[in-house]
Amino acid sequence: MEILDLKKIGVRGVNSILHDLSQDSRQNFEIQNPQGQHSIACGLDAPLIVEIKGHVGFYCGGMNKFAKITITGHAGVGLAENMMSGNIRVTGNASESAGATAHGGLLVIEGNASSRCGISMKGVDIVVGGSVGHMSGFMAQSGNLVICGDAGEALGDSIYETKIFVRGEVSGLGTDCIEKEMTPEHFSKLSELLESSGLKADPADFRRYGSARKLYNFDIDNADAY
Amino acid sequence: MTKLTSQTHPRKSATFDDYTLSEIRRAAATGIYDIRGGGAKRPLPGLDDLLFLGASMSRYPLEGYRENCGTDVVLGTRFAKNPLRLKIPITIAGMSFGSLSAQAKEALGRGATIAGTSTTTGDGGMTPEERGQSEMLIYQYLPSRYGMNPDDLRKADAIEVVVGQGAKPGGGGMLLGLKISERVAEMRNLPQGIDQRSACRHPDWTGPDDLEIKISELREITDWEKPIFIKIGGARPYYDTALSVKAGADVIVIDGMQGGTAATQEVFIEHVGQPTLACIRPAVKALQELGMHRKVQLIVSGGIRNGADVAKALALGADAVSIGTAALVALGDNDPELEEEYQKLGTTAGAYDDWHEGRDPAGISTQDPELSKRLDPVLAGRRLANYLKVMTLEAQTIARSCGKSHVHNLEPEDLVALTVEAAAMAQVPLSGTDWIPGKNHD
Amino acid sequence: MCGIVGLYLKNAELQSQLGSMFQPMLVEMSSRGPDSAGVAIYRNPVELGQTKFSLAHDDPDFSWETLETELAATLQCSVSIKTVGTHCILVTDADEAKVVQWLKNSQSAPDVLAEIRIVGSGKSIEIFKEVGSPETVYEQFNLSHASGTHMIGHTRMATESAVTTAGSHPFATGADLCLVHNGSLSNHNILRRNLEHEGIRFQTENDTEVAGAYLTWKLRSGATLRQALEDGIRELDGFYTFCIGTQNGFAVVRDPIACKHAILAETDDWVAMATEFRAIAYLPGADQARIWEPEPSTIYVWGEE
Repeated sequence: MEILDLKKIGVRGVNSILHDLSQDSRQNFEIQNPQGQHSIACGLDAPLIVEIKGHVGFYCGGMNKFAKITITGHAGVGLAENMMSGNIRVTGNASESAGATAHGGLLVIEGNASSRCGISMKGVDIVVGGSVGHMSGFMAQSGNLVICGDAGEALGDSIYETKIFVRGEVSGLGTDCIEKEMTPEHFSKLSELLESSGLKADPADFRRYGSARKLYNFDIDNADAY
Repeated sequence: MTKLTSQTHPRKSATFDDYTLSEIRRAAATGIYDIRGGGAKRPLPGLDDLLFLGASMSRYPLEGYRENCGTDVVLGTRFAKNPLRLKIPITIAGMSFGSLSAQAKEALGRGATIAGTSTTTGDGGMTPEERGQSEMLIYQYLPSRYGMNPDDLRKADAIEVVVGQGAKPGGGGMLLGLKISERVAEMRNLPQGIDQRSACRHPDWTGPDDLEIKISELREITDWEKPIFIKIGGARPYYDTALSVKAGADVIVIDGMQGGTAATQEVFIEHVGQPTLACIRPAVKALQELGMHRKVQLIVSGGIRNGADVAKALALGADAVSIGTAALVALGDNDPELEEEYQKLGTTAGAYDDWHEGRDPAGISTQDPELSKRLDPVLAGRRLANYLKVMTLEAQTIARSCGKSHVHNLEPEDLVALTVEAAAMAQVPLSGTDWIPGKNHD
Repeated sequence: MCGIVGLYLKNAELQSQLGSMFQPMLVEMSSRGPDSAGVAIYRNPVELGQTKFSLAHDDPDFSWETLETELAATLQCSVSIKTVGTHCILVTDADEAKVVQWLKNSQSAPDVLAEIRIVGSGKSIEIFKEVGSPETVYEQFNLSHASGTHMIGHTRMATESAVTTAGSHPFATGADLCLVHNGSLSNHNILRRNLEHEGIRFQTENDTEVAGAYLTWKLRSGATLRQALEDGIRELDGFYTFCIGTQNGFAVVRDPIACKHAILAETDDWVAMATEFRAIAYLPGADQARIWEPEPSTIYVWGEE
């Protein structure tokens, strides 16, 4: 395992080392002294194992492919934004737009996520141990968003095909987002996600939300919703 | 003898003209705003209102053959390891696969490559055809992030962060169900056949201070290799340019209201955003005040049509121009040869703009497989290359007449204006006078 | 568009380190705000009956001593000054309104007095702001070793108005009250005209100055700070995170859409706010601090009420 001191080599130093590896590298790294800096471990493209000790700034793990990143601390805006595959976990809280536009992989937020969690998500699976802020799942296209705590206002506003599972209270649903039936298939998928996340929760306690699909083709009578 | 009559000659209203009357009727019938493609169609102050002075007693022209007039431009010298080196100061603007057929995208790539310039992806991501055919490809980074992925980002030659575009500063992408084919749906991760709703703001940053961080992230992901562009509609060109510099742009693209879109509300196109001519001098002024003119390159787009437009934009301080609508026309859009089909669509050649319906007889702004086949990418690519060649030759002709050995040496003092508006916007004298509106004279 | 930071010391023993603790917080926000910077430091509270003014003049050779003498003579009051860079901290026992009147009235004073800017006033507040990088500005005003109870600061990236000293934040909004802002208001021109109608004068085209004046007007009309901020959430349109310095602490509020990031952190020794965590990372104990984000449309206050 290689230790990288961000205080000494800076973000560019850390990222150069992490990028300068073969595409099948499974190397292990520990990043110390992240000091809330931005874009740490972004653009990774190999099944590396990266442990970040401390709080990170914006866009940690941005556009991640294959790598497994764990942050022991809190994460800033855009954690795992546009992730393609791999695994990103934060033991603390995540700021706004966690998992934004991500296409794949698994994002686990053990604490709370802020507003716009999973905004425009395009296939990623996000599991939040705590609560999420307002406008979470906004324009969410596909993938699964699991919330063990509560959800803020306008959950799933303008949602497409993402499935949202909530255990706690929902302050308010966004446009075209409605509660939907939990079928055995959904229970099964939810169990699988909770299992992968390592968070303890009973799928039976969750409710499912998704698109009413009324905005899929423009109808003048829905104009107020736009 | 004229028969005496109590009737006057019928007079239509300039306020309630034929188009306006038909639009009111359409709105009453459908209950929905009109959506169309293209840029602002109404008469606006523009580059036609400027003229070059040319050569005379004090200024001597260059010969057309032996005496070279350079046209090359380098984009992205500020931070990137690998700036873009173009042979001509004309690029192809961002237009999506989805709004355009795959054949059209391929044709654009072919034509641009022959001419030694770049193309740009649009709101939908990068297609293998375009990357394959385009030697220099700029990858757009939009609010929707449809198809965005690090592999394509790394394959790109430059990245263009889209804050807005001239047709709709503040509007998001629009693609209606008729054009969300299986392939488009897959690229954009949407159900097939639905109307795409698009975000108008980026999902994970708002404002130039946060854009600065986002641009750093894009640089980190691509190891600082590629130039980063910021594209803005013609809203507040002076401040927008200054803020783009502060946010870390290598290149700034300003798109005026004549700039086209695949589809948006008609009112957006015609009533939001400023004419291209009004945007150039304020943007250049901002760069000059920051000591960044020619260090952060400026690309101007929105209704660029010929070599004169190219030369004028450069004279006012731009480093290059970008074409969208004009490129499509070169490929064959709105060709009078297809008049019969335009008539069937309820329109006429030159006026066809309902591109969102996906029924383009020219096979350019459609996803229909039968219609798309009508466009031969190789022939169309050749046509684009010819057109770019002509624009370049025209710009060189004008530059030579002004005594310039490189088109970048064109300057505002080579120009005069035909109208007070153009003089004020371009900050050049009204023809025949010393007068620049707004400038104090002793 | 900017960076904002605030630091409030719960542990009085740290007061002598306030300036040195705050410096890296402000400087870390330079990339978000390269154009100008400003701070409000709360220190050296004046005696009962006295008022402290923060004044500024664009001419670095301006004679504050002359001002001191003239003011003392004209208003028959005690005056003491301390020149700090292009600013001057003036303490006097004259009636505050009369001093303001005198400073603005160019008939009873040399013309040059009309160019003096009153940057702030109160019992303990001192406001310093200048064009230039945050690092330079901090040094200019000798703040590295400053002592005090709390500080708020701002690094500016000018959006729709010019880069000038007057256009920099913090903006004073009343005695010991000031405001820094990250974001962009969208109805400030209408509000400015309404406030001008109410008799408030503006120095700049800046949107933040309008937000500050709005609070001033509300407070003058009898509202508490909390009420003023609640009204502000409704009446100010646009995107904003505000940090308001008060006599005993500070307040933080975000607009309902909350796109401009903000972070809060607290230990037994201090409470801090910043646009980005990396500014807070320098504080002792930051790694173990309680860290959270302010909710939209919610008013957070420390030290008051």
